[in-house]
Amino acid sequence: MTETLLKIEHLVKKFDDNLILDDINLEVKKGEVIVVIGPSGCGKSTLLRCINALEPIQGGTISLDGEPIDDKSRSLSVLREKIGMVFQSYELFPHLSVLNNVMLAPLKVQKRKKEEVKEEALTLLERVGLKEKAGSFPRQLSGGQKQRVAIVRALCMHPELLLFDEVTAALDPEMVREVLDVILKLAAQGRTMIIVTHEMQFAQAVADRILFLDGGSIIESAPPEEFFEHPKTDRAKQFLNTFTFEAVKTPHKTIKEEED
Amino acid sequence: MDWEFIVQHIPLYQEAAWLTVRIGLLGVVFSILIGLVCAAIQYFRVPVLRRITGIYIELSRNTPLLIQLFFIYYGLPKIGIQTDPELCGIAGLAFLGGSYMAEAFRSGLEAVSPIQMESALSLGMNRRQTMGYVVLPQAASISVPAFIANVIFLLKETSVFSAISLMDLMFTAKDLIGLYYKTTESLVLLVVFYLLILLPVSVCGTLLERRLRYAGFGS
Ligand SMILES: Nc1ncnc2c1ncn2[C@@H]1O[C@H](COP(=O)(O)OP(=O)(O)OP(=O)(O)O)[C@@H](O)[C@H]1O
Ligand SMILES: [Mg+2]
Repeated sequence: MTETLLKIEHLVKKFDDNLILDDINLEVKKGEVIVVIGPSGCGKSTLLRCINALEPIQGGTISLDGEPIDDKSRSLSVLREKIGMVFQSYELFPHLSVLNNVMLAPLKVQKRKKEEVKEEALTLLERVGLKEKAGSFPRQLSGGQKQRVAIVRALCMHPELLLFDEVTAALDPEMVREVLDVILKLAAQGRTMIIVTHEMQFAQAVADRILFLDGGSIIESAPPEEFFEHPKTDRAKQFLNTFTFEAVKTPHKTIKEEED
Repeated sequence: MDWEFIVQHIPLYQEAAWLTVRIGLLGVVFSILIGLVCAAIQYFRVPVLRRITGIYIELSRNTPLLIQLFFIYYGLPKIGIQTDPELCGIAGLAFLGGSYMAEAFRSGLEAVSPIQMESALSLGMNRRQTMGYVVLPQAASISVPAFIANVIFLLKETSVFSAISLMDLMFTAKDLIGLYYKTTESLVLLVVFYLLILLPVSVCGTLLERRLRYAGFGS
């Protein structure tokens, strides 16, 4: 449990002259679940994209299993195989059936045997309740179903690390639960994950550690009980306040609007 | 209507139609090749070549085929290149069609969102696999309607070939009208033969589009 899987040291990310991530240091142990929260535009997505080398970085190092990740590395696709990523907008391949979406990379990238991959794909789909959708096309699925397929597609590559970027943000409220349940199960299996989310209750339930990101830096890093009960910094307190405030304020607002 | 005249002249039209089809098909094939190369150059933003293809596309799209044909037919011999009218026809059609095809393919490629590519990359695919399994199949199917419209457009444009003394359908019709004053009959034959060429293309195109729609696209 104490083995380090991902290590980020002095990471600097700029877009042109804008400093987006400023000296990020982070160590993720095997089996650890990290939840990253912070205000919009603080660089959460950018952090995940840097870890997957979808963005070039301007300073520092990121390494997985001791191997450095950088966008010039020849073994980049080998490293990316070990990192599964799930996007807010699902990004299933619309021209392929659910089963072929899941099987494509294991077959073409890992050159595994078709029967074996198919069996695993179907087992994984069954676990998220979508075995009977194997032959469907993405456009025939609901948002929640698409997102569960996207998770299965990442899992079928046997990744060592899973990255989730606001995977429920585009979903209707009634579908959020089915996706979060899948992620909770993965956490229970001991998967290593970095999750960006705005679902605070879920964050509290799933995280081993919360990272609070603001202005491109990690402001707080603490276990969820500690972070949510006793945030150390004013910025974190303010951020958490906006959530409780909104929760109280919204109903009033709608009632008022109805009266008008 | 002089049916005897019509029946008598069908073979003449057949020959002309064959010429139109031959030039049309070869012209379309070369258009596709030029279009693919130009679209790739534009999509991958190849320096220098990108500028050149940009100029070519504007030039080709904004001048009439007739003028392009004149340049090739009368212009090339002036700089010492011998030209055969049939080759000129094919070259003219390819010059015109190349830019239309390039635009169809490029817009297909650009309609595939960059994040689709990222999702393929994040599964460990390399650039080639990402293009081959994810981007190109989607881009191709998105391009199909514009592609079919272009094929039909190009086949219709073949009607100006008589201007460079190619004995195509249009030429034949004009010739017969000049010789026998059988305007109606000659024009009926002309329309019928153009329809015989274009309708099958159109029907195939519609079937192809429908098939692609049912194959799970457009999500
Ligand atoms: N490709 C880009 N070019 C320039 N600036 C960018 C680019 N992508 C992101 N940024 C900027 O980087 C900053 C961080 O963006 P990022 O998407 O990482 O934020 P985020 O924390 O994920 O926000 P959200 O909660 O809204 O998703 C933002 O200010 C954004 O404007
Ligand atoms: Mg984001």
